[in-house]
Amino acid sequence: MAEMTSHRRMQLYGAMLLLPAAVLLATFAYLPTVTTVINSLFLPGFRGAPAEFVGLENYQLLFDDPTFWKVARNNLIYAVGTIPTSIALALGMALFVNGKLRGRGFVRMAYFTPTILPMIAAANIWMFFYAPQIGLFNKLLGALGFSGVNWLGDPSMALGSVIVMSVWKEAGFFMIFYLAALQGIAPELKEASDLEGTSRWSFFWRVTFPLLMPTTLFVLINALINAVRVVDHLFILTKGGPNNATNLLLYYVYENAFSFFDRTTAATITVVILLVLAVVATVKFTILDRRTHYQ
Amino acid sequence: MSTATTKSKTYAPRPGYFSIPSLETVAAWLLAIIWIFPLLYAFWAAFHPPAYMVRFDLLAPLTLDNFKNAWAQAPFARYYLNTFTLVTGVVLAQFVVCTLAAFAFARFPIPGKNVLFMLVLIQLFVFPEVLIVENYRIASELGLINTITGIGLPYVASAFGIFLLRQTFKTIPRELEDAARIEGCNWLEILWKVYVPLAKPTYLAYGLVSISHHWNNFLWPLVVTNSVESRPLTVGLGVFSAPETGVNWATVSAATLLSIAPLLIAFLLFQRQFVQSFLRAGIR
Repeated sequence: MAEMTSHRRMQLYGAMLLLPAAVLLATFAYLPTVTTVINSLFLPGFRGAPAEFVGLENYQLLFDDPTFWKVARNNLIYAVGTIPTSIALALGMALFVNGKLRGRGFVRMAYFTPTILPMIAAANIWMFFYAPQIGLFNKLLGALGFSGVNWLGDPSMALGSVIVMSVWKEAGFFMIFYLAALQGIAPELKEASDLEGTSRWSFFWRVTFPLLMPTTLFVLINALINAVRVVDHLFILTKGGPNNATNLLLYYVYENAFSFFDRTTAATITVVILLVLAVVATVKFTILDRRTHYQ
Repeated sequence: MSTATTKSKTYAPRPGYFSIPSLETVAAWLLAIIWIFPLLYAFWAAFHPPAYMVRFDLLAPLTLDNFKNAWAQAPFARYYLNTFTLVTGVVLAQFVVCTLAAFAFARFPIPGKNVLFMLVLIQLFVFPEVLIVENYRIASELGLINTITGIGLPYVASAFGIFLLRQTFKTIPRELEDAARIEGCNWLEILWKVYVPLAKPTYLAYGLVSISHHWNNFLWPLVVTNSVESRPLTVGLGVFSAPETGVNWATVSAATLLSIAPLLIAFLLFQRQFVQSFLRAGIR
């Protein structure tokens, strides 16, 4: 009986410890999620009239809007353009700085530096590179006898230019996870393969790469989330333009809510983003966590 | 992979095998130079007169005018103060709130604990900036628009922090806790005297990751602030360097360096700790 009451007291105590976090999470995560979903099902009433329930009509409208599809497609291209490239570069960087290398400390620092910079500051710097007349890239092209490119102003180039900068920003961050994983690989494996005369190439593909699989999956999840979430550079580089060529989902939410004052459309797009994130989360928690094991 | 198959393929070291590392070194260095170049370029532009933006002349005169201009054209002192206040406040609040929650998850019997924990982890995917419209409405109902509290509060109950600290607390042996209890410590004293000191490396790692995250954060602070009084450096910089403001690029470079300087210097001084922190925090 006394045991029971002490168990109760423990429960109560635990709940109290959780309370501050629970209140904050409810306020800034759960409640807004629920109201966002609700808002996506209503049309706001004008001049104080009550909001009207319209079911999935807002989604219908959104899916009929070619701009939405353009933005969704951009985001897909952005993901496909940034994720494999930055992961491959990250792995390459990690292999470089894991080995014996002259000036390894500097090289590692150079790779990692973009991670520490705010995206906004990084975008400011890249703006100089991309500028049409005086930008560095066009000066270089000019020196080589080519005519300049309007990197951010030409709809066919703009998204690619944004992607290049994102890859530069992210690769070094992913590198450190690969570096840690590489350092966790038992040196005996390398010694054994050296004894057998396995080439470095086949050692990488047969031993290193498979052992890095959990890291790759972890990095992939992070990269997927970032592809939806990171839009800061658009504020400096393109503002989603020209003609929505670089507009991404979260930036489109921002634009709808705070430039067009269309909260309903913003809510509807947010729900689409939440669904994408839910898929990523489900994959992580159900499939990956069962298979991966972190040392 | 069976040893039999690998054994049958025994390669003699190929000629030229030893030249590969040097090729690697070249590639590694080339990549490193490309990666650090944007930052070096910003330094060049900031410390030279605007005319030298794209003319790399080693004899170009050095100048601090760009910094003077930037400092004169935007209230950077205020932005620094705001960012320092924000970052300190967020990290301290996160430490308190996440410690309490992590302790509860690690050591207390709470009904439906696993479900609750999963609910917390949802925040790893659904960040405050994804819910920007509704969070703006909530912040405005709480009277937090244009306040530093408004920028930081949505991030205080960090799922990431709760997760990291819970993992650490779970590895701490119960015997230590029992010993403290025998000495008459209550739960909060046990937390403060046993768990928190032993989790110091986790706090350091999480603290550094959190500092750099909030120093660099932009979208939510942009939305929630609308004046100099509360704007952090990133938002100030974003406003400053918007193309329509017509500020010249040498000045923008200087402003950019001003905004990143404290964090960059901290990083250069404590490089290892930063990298280790991102690492510790990343491996779950």
